[in-house]
Amino acid sequence: MTKLDSKIPAGNISEKWTNHKFNMKLVNPANKRKFDIIVVGTGLAGASAAASLGELGYNVKSFTFHDSARRAHSIAAQGGINASKNYQNDGDSTFRLFYDTVKGGDFRAREANVHRLAEVSTNIIDQCVAQGVPFARDYGGLLDNRSFGGAQVSRTFYARGQTGQQLLLGAVSALNRQVDKGSVKLYLRREMLDIVVIDGAAKGIVVRNLLTGEIEKYSAHAVVLATGGYSNVFFLSTNAMNCNATAIWRAHKRGAYFANPCFTQIHPTCLPLHGDAQSKLTLMSESLRNDGRVWVSKKKGDMRNPTDIPEDERDYYLERKYPSFGNLAPRDISSRAAKEVCDEGRGVKGGDAVYLDFSDAINRLGQKVIEERYGNLFEIYETITGENPYKSPMMIYPAPHYTMGGLWVDYNLMSNVPGLFVLGEANFSDHGANRLGASALMQGLADGYFVIPYTMGNYLAGDKPALVKTDHPEFDKVANEVKDLTDKLLSIKGKRTVDDIHKELGRIMWHKVGMARNEKGLKEAIEEIRRLKTEFWKNVTIPGSGDDVNQTLERAGRLIDYFELGELMAVDALERNESCGGHFRTEYQFEDGEAKRDDANYSYVSAWEFAGENKWNLHKEDLNFEYVKPAIRSYK
Amino acid sequence: MEAKKLNLTLNIWRQKSAGSVGSFAEYKVQVSPDASFLEMLDEINNTLEAKGEEAIHFESDCREGICGTCGLVINGQPHGPLPKIATCQLHMRNFKDGETIWVEPFRAKAFPVIKDLMVDRSGFDKILQAGGYVSVNTGGTPDGNMIPIPKDIASLAMDAAACIGCGACVAACKNASAMLFVSAKVSQYALLPQGQPERYIRVEKMVKVMDELGFGSCTNTYACEAECPKGISVTNIARMNRDFMMAKIKNKEVEV
Repeated sequence: MTKLDSKIPAGNISEKWTNHKFNMKLVNPANKRKFDIIVVGTGLAGASAAASLGELGYNVKSFTFHDSARRAHSIAAQGGINASKNYQNDGDSTFRLFYDTVKGGDFRAREANVHRLAEVSTNIIDQCVAQGVPFARDYGGLLDNRSFGGAQVSRTFYARGQTGQQLLLGAVSALNRQVDKGSVKLYLRREMLDIVVIDGAAKGIVVRNLLTGEIEKYSAHAVVLATGGYSNVFFLSTNAMNCNATAIWRAHKRGAYFANPCFTQIHPTCLPLHGDAQSKLTLMSESLRNDGRVWVSKKKGDMRNPTDIPEDERDYYLERKYPSFGNLAPRDISSRAAKEVCDEGRGVKGGDAVYLDFSDAINRLGQKVIEERYGNLFEIYETITGENPYKSPMMIYPAPHYTMGGLWVDYNLMSNVPGLFVLGEANFSDHGANRLGASALMQGLADGYFVIPYTMGNYLAGDKPALVKTDHPEFDKVANEVKDLTDKLLSIKGKRTVDDIHKELGRIMWHKVGMARNEKGLKEAIEEIRRLKTEFWKNVTIPGSGDDVNQTLERAGRLIDYFELGELMAVDALERNESCGGHFRTEYQFEDGEAKRDDANYSYVSAWEFAGENKWNLHKEDLNFEYVKPAIRSYK
Repeated sequence: MEAKKLNLTLNIWRQKSAGSVGSFAEYKVQVSPDASFLEMLDEINNTLEAKGEEAIHFESDCREGICGTCGLVINGQPHGPLPKIATCQLHMRNFKDGETIWVEPFRAKAFPVIKDLMVDRSGFDKILQAGGYVSVNTGGTPDGNMIPIPKDIASLAMDAAACIGCGACVAACKNASAMLFVSAKVSQYALLPQGQPERYIRVEKMVKVMDELGFGSCTNTYACEAECPKGISVTNIARMNRDFMMAKIKNKEVEV
């Protein structure tokens, strides 16, 4: 059994990364072209990694299930990217960004990783500017900033409400440049369905060509997964329709440990549900909380229109409960507060929604300023709901948005399977139990641009992994297993559709493994998920064949992994008898409803080893806080 | 709270594969006015699948109008009747009860149909790979504030950079020209100081590949701008044409 070794370098926290960079082994420039590296995923982490590794001279094979690298879901991030530039002269520093992130993560992240993230944050901005990313500017031509939740400084860089798009297009332009040069080969419309592990090390992947249905094998000296998070286990989430956990889950089943699966983030500002046909939930950027005020009526079941509810009958509950952070309280706290007031029956017209009101800001700054800041977000709102948010307040409700958990990685971002690296949202490393706004983009690009180019070299030069060709019997064995699985799915020919079953799974997850969890609900969830999984294998219908484009088959393949992942999320939530960040166990709370962490017993990363169907072994990585002393996380 | 459902007749393009002959198939549906157009297609597919029939294949991903994956021609218009939105942002409240709706894939020689409403837009990436970037390696870049950019220039560059690469401009154009798409990327870099060193080489390389891929010429009908979900302006095409002319002179100068 593999021992969990986080490989955190010795020394003072501010020198760990610098020293480690010096101590790591290097691959001679002329030798780099002798190494093949597979990168799966072309979001911020994957595209920046593939581009940077290609620039260094490695042979990179980059895979995506999309028709273009630019479609990856990083593109949908709206609000911004954090960096401790301190351009605003408001007291920001590497240490403050580090501190805020560790505290924001409710003391469940690894200090050394978070400090490195804060250190390289400033390089990311420089890199993106050099690429031609059109960040917002002030009148003097310098970069502008806005504020985000969980911070008292203004450190968020942005490009209107389309920051993710611009950063991704920047990273993809760097990737395209390497494609042009021939150092990166791009494989589009390929879905990774398994990894190939030989003698304990990752040696390649097996993918399905989504156009022809062919099962293809690719080998390399190392494999990098940058395949995003697993919020779609809830069916309804802010993730794109095709986001999925298949790559990381199948890697998990081949030996990679899955860390903190129960740490999921429910984003406070999303559009409420409209009906049964709903296919996904739409996020309204957290940046709106810079100027929007969140409130509900003080009365239960108040059926009046918002503009008819007088000021003194409104409860600005975030400002009331958290006066120093107010509407910019962190996501987990804001989401729970919204659920609380709605559960009391004080949501919009007694339902599941709260108001996000801009009338004060419009009166203070004028509509033009608000338009400039959030114009496109207001348009999105109006397009979807048919209501004008300049005239009446927006209605919002929390929705699954991000998953802090993911495959376990050490300081070098390598999983416990040698040669298998995991970047971005797909790993667990930097956000603990709750991620702060505008930090996902930061982590994705930090991992891809500034961490993996160094740590990959160290693995290749240090471990000297051999290249195994795809005619090795293990490749055939894995490819055949993938083919058998496809055939099995197509042969069921039952009655229920994939989406119908996925929606049912989503309801189980949302109600019992969602914003608030308890022992009874979690135990029920495990039973219900198992029942549903059994029903799927007996009664799902997947029309069409495996020999051409079959979107139903693609969705079914992703759903089978969600059953198992969903169960593990519940198992993990059940094991963690405390509340922290996005993981709220109703049994563990203070009298005022705040999360009650248990540092004496749960200050560890839960890394789960797959041990056969419905079975996992738990490995613990103890977390030591030397620089940010764990305290009750107060935003009051 | 659920509003009254709409009864609609849909004529949807079905085509088994690139090589096969396609035709319209009729579907009668009842749909909530709050549902999106794609959610309506999801519902039809759910019904088809339950009967063991193959789903209508169409592409979409973020469903927030930013990834550029979706794109249908609805009643003859790319992304449907409303201005400045992608197909995924179109909601059924914009249709009338009893209406008949025609749904087709984007049609252009350079965008061959893959299946039903799915098309192959990989030509766009080939153009970008020919020069749609600033040649800068990771690391060693100057501090972000070392490159001041006037607010209005940054804003114009952002207007151009907002392109989502959906291909509606090509589908809207009677010549299937990709000029709006290409000029948006050319303009973003032409406006910014970071893009200057490669400004004229870039435009020549990108236009060359665009022409090779079979996209048509621009004859100034502005249909592309009218259908663009992000409102990308045709002034970008004018800027690209200017740069392209200038490139013919400048690049020659460099050669001698």
